[in-house]
Amino acid sequence: MSFPPTEGPELVPDTATSPRIDKPILSVEGLSLWYGDAEALTSITMEIPERRITAFIGPSGCGKSTLLRCFNRLNDLIDGVRIGGDIRFHGASIFDPRVDVNTLRTRVGMVFQKSNPFPKTIYENVAYGCRIHGMQQTRDLDEIVERSLRGAALWDEVKDRLDESALGLSGGQQQRLCIARAIAVEPEVILLDEPCSALDPIATAKIEELMQELKQQYTLVVVTHNMQQAARCSDYTAFLYLGQLIEYGETGALFVKPQLKQTEDYITGRFG
Amino acid sequence: MRNRLHERRPDRVGDALTWLCGGALSVSLILIVGLLVVLAWHGLGYFWQERLTALDLRDGSKVVGEILEREALPGQPPGPDGLVPQRIRVKVGNRDLTGSDFRWIDEADIVSRSEPRDVLLLERLEWGNFHGFVHELKRGDEILARGDDAWPALRKLVAEKAEERDALERLEKHELGSVNYAIEKERLAERRLALEAPPEPERSRREAAIVAETQTLQARYDALAAQLVEARKKLLAETVVLVAADGTQKEMPVGAIVRAVEPNRIGFGGRLRLYLSRVWEFVSANPRESNTEGGIFPAIFGTVMMVLLMSIFVMPFGVIAAVYLREYAKGGVIVRLVRIAVNNLAGVPSIVFGVFGLGFFVYLIGGTVDQLFHPEALPTPTYGTGGILWASLTLALLTVPVVIVSAEEGLAAVPKAVREGSLALGATKFETLWRVVLPAAAPGILTGLILALSRAAGEVAPLMIVGMVKLAPSLPLDGNFPFVHFERKFMHLGFHIYDVGFQSPNVEAAKPLVFATALLLILVVLSTNLLAILVRNHLRQKYATRSI
Repeated sequence: MSFPPTEGPELVPDTATSPRIDKPILSVEGLSLWYGDAEALTSITMEIPERRITAFIGPSGCGKSTLLRCFNRLNDLIDGVRIGGDIRFHGASIFDPRVDVNTLRTRVGMVFQKSNPFPKTIYENVAYGCRIHGMQQTRDLDEIVERSLRGAALWDEVKDRLDESALGLSGGQQQRLCIARAIAVEPEVILLDEPCSALDPIATAKIEELMQELKQQYTLVVVTHNMQQAARCSDYTAFLYLGQLIEYGETGALFVKPQLKQTEDYITGRFG
Repeated sequence: MRNRLHERRPDRVGDALTWLCGGALSVSLILIVGLLVVLAWHGLGYFWQERLTALDLRDGSKVVGEILEREALPGQPPGPDGLVPQRIRVKVGNRDLTGSDFRWIDEADIVSRSEPRDVLLLERLEWGNFHGFVHELKRGDEILARGDDAWPALRKLVAEKAEERDALERLEKHELGSVNYAIEKERLAERRLALEAPPEPERSRREAAIVAETQTLQARYDALAAQLVEARKKLLAETVVLVAADGTQKEMPVGAIVRAVEPNRIGFGGRLRLYLSRVWEFVSANPRESNTEGGIFPAIFGTVMMVLLMSIFVMPFGVIAAVYLREYAKGGVIVRLVRIAVNNLAGVPSIVFGVFGLGFFVYLIGGTVDQLFHPEALPTPTYGTGGILWASLTLALLTVPVVIVSAEEGLAAVPKAVREGSLALGATKFETLWRVVLPAAAPGILTGLILALSRAAGEVAPLMIVGMVKLAPSLPLDGNFPFVHFERKFMHLGFHIYDVGFQSPNVEAAKPLVFATALLLILVVLSTNLLAILVRNHLRQKYATRSI
């Protein structure tokens, strides 16, 4: 599968619904995506700011997860996916045939909706990414594992049982372990696909708190069904509906004074 | 409307089906338990020694033996007292004197029964058991013991002779065997030299080396052979004069006696010791008397080694095939055809695999290997005849579909989320497969191996033509370099059952062995399976993919 970037006319973001972003780390340019004949994303253009939290909201099936999975090209795994338009990471197309998809995924990490720790020990889960990138020194690994677990606010809870199976952790701990696993390889962007949807409010609060800390160092893109969550913790919010980007703006502005009626209906709970 | 909640809705069909399912399960369980009980009853009872009974018969003859069973005389009307005449089956032993071990005796012919306390039971290397009484112990013409002293002396001597016999066997099998093996190697080296015909200085040099080595070996062989003759003479030096029940005297070397007991004097403890010692002999010794006596160790060893070799071949092969089919092959007509073919392969009759093994492995590959690497031994084939390697490969072929199917299922059961988690960290597809998917699929793969093991351990038909024999002169694993001899023929429990039960000259004596061997075969299969199941459970715990 290859995804030749389509050279179309420059799609200028609608200033009415796009925020001014000085230093975008990811720019989506006229991105369309088809699963076979079904169009899942239609000509999306947006920019993701560096070291900020960008939230994607929208009803189920609106394409927000699909869009998220474009950033690390995880959609490559699905048969029959076609992509038009382009995504630029630091200005370079990620669909360029010369791009090594494994390197891209190392720099753009991901945390999934359902926590998916490997059936290995806690230590090995965090060390996994470093091991596959060739790191063998136990001392270095120990350091990275501790730093990552601290970064994911999990260290104090698991430091005495690093050699136990990761599957013995609670759901919230497992999700933070997945975050630790993602930051162990020091990515620049972390994609979070509904990271709290399977968690109770306390675990959710911990993850949200963690996101605020991670923002100091990483760019976060989070898909969420939870409007309050988007309002609480994101800096920018994008509302997607039926594969189209309806409105995108600073979170405060978007929730307080949405520009479009559709957005207002959704965030006030009139549909979705 | 009336409230009908308390009325039971009749569900006749459902109830009947439940009973049917439960009944089917019960019948299966009863059959399995029955099978094990029958095997255990007939097989394990064989090693238990009952008391010997002396019978005086109406015709004036006397026999001493173990009464095995009692039944109504077939085709006889009830007598005047209203009872059907009965007959008993007696194991009388003394085949060298009477010609057969077993006798049916009509109870009407028995004048008196007794259980003489000093009756002896001797298990011998040849001619089966001897029942009778000890008369005297001799070395040449010198009398060592007689009368009441004879039994204790005999018992002590039998124990000494057992050690001597073991030493002799070691000498013959291991030391002399190794020298023989080395001499044969030199002979082959000489032939190889003649075939290769290298230029002159090298030829003479190699020939001289071979001659020198052969001479050294020959000298050692002669020394060992002389030692062996000496040891054998010593083993047979003492003889014991025995008297059978009918008064016939029999003199035999003490060295030919495996075990001597007084079955009517020993108590329950002694009987139990005798039982355990016989069971141990059965599983640890070599067979005697065309497999109807002694142990079946070579058959156990052959079965286990063949099955292990097979696992070594079938595991990587099946798993790699499954990984390709499940993870790499694009779905399509060809992949579907391959799957159908694999599934059908599992249904091909096993003898067909045997014939294929003979034609492909033995004749084609084995013959080619012989021509390339062992030309000096030709026309005697080395690999060009049945052997444990070809047998294992044939069985590997037979069981590979099972492994492929289970491994595929195991791979399919690994959640997509786990794979994506690995890929999202920048791992390649292969790294994901190797480090995450395969370990998580290991329990499923081992299930396939367990099924394959069970099938392979019980398979007999294909092995008969690719290397299984009724009596193998040496094990496929021994102390002679290169230790594992893939080309050797081997014994197998399944074939042993057939051979002992249906090909043996002494069917009566062999019958209990058939049951005992069958029980052992089940135990071997069970323990290999148990081992695999333990490993699987361990892996399951370690690599469980779901916990909450």
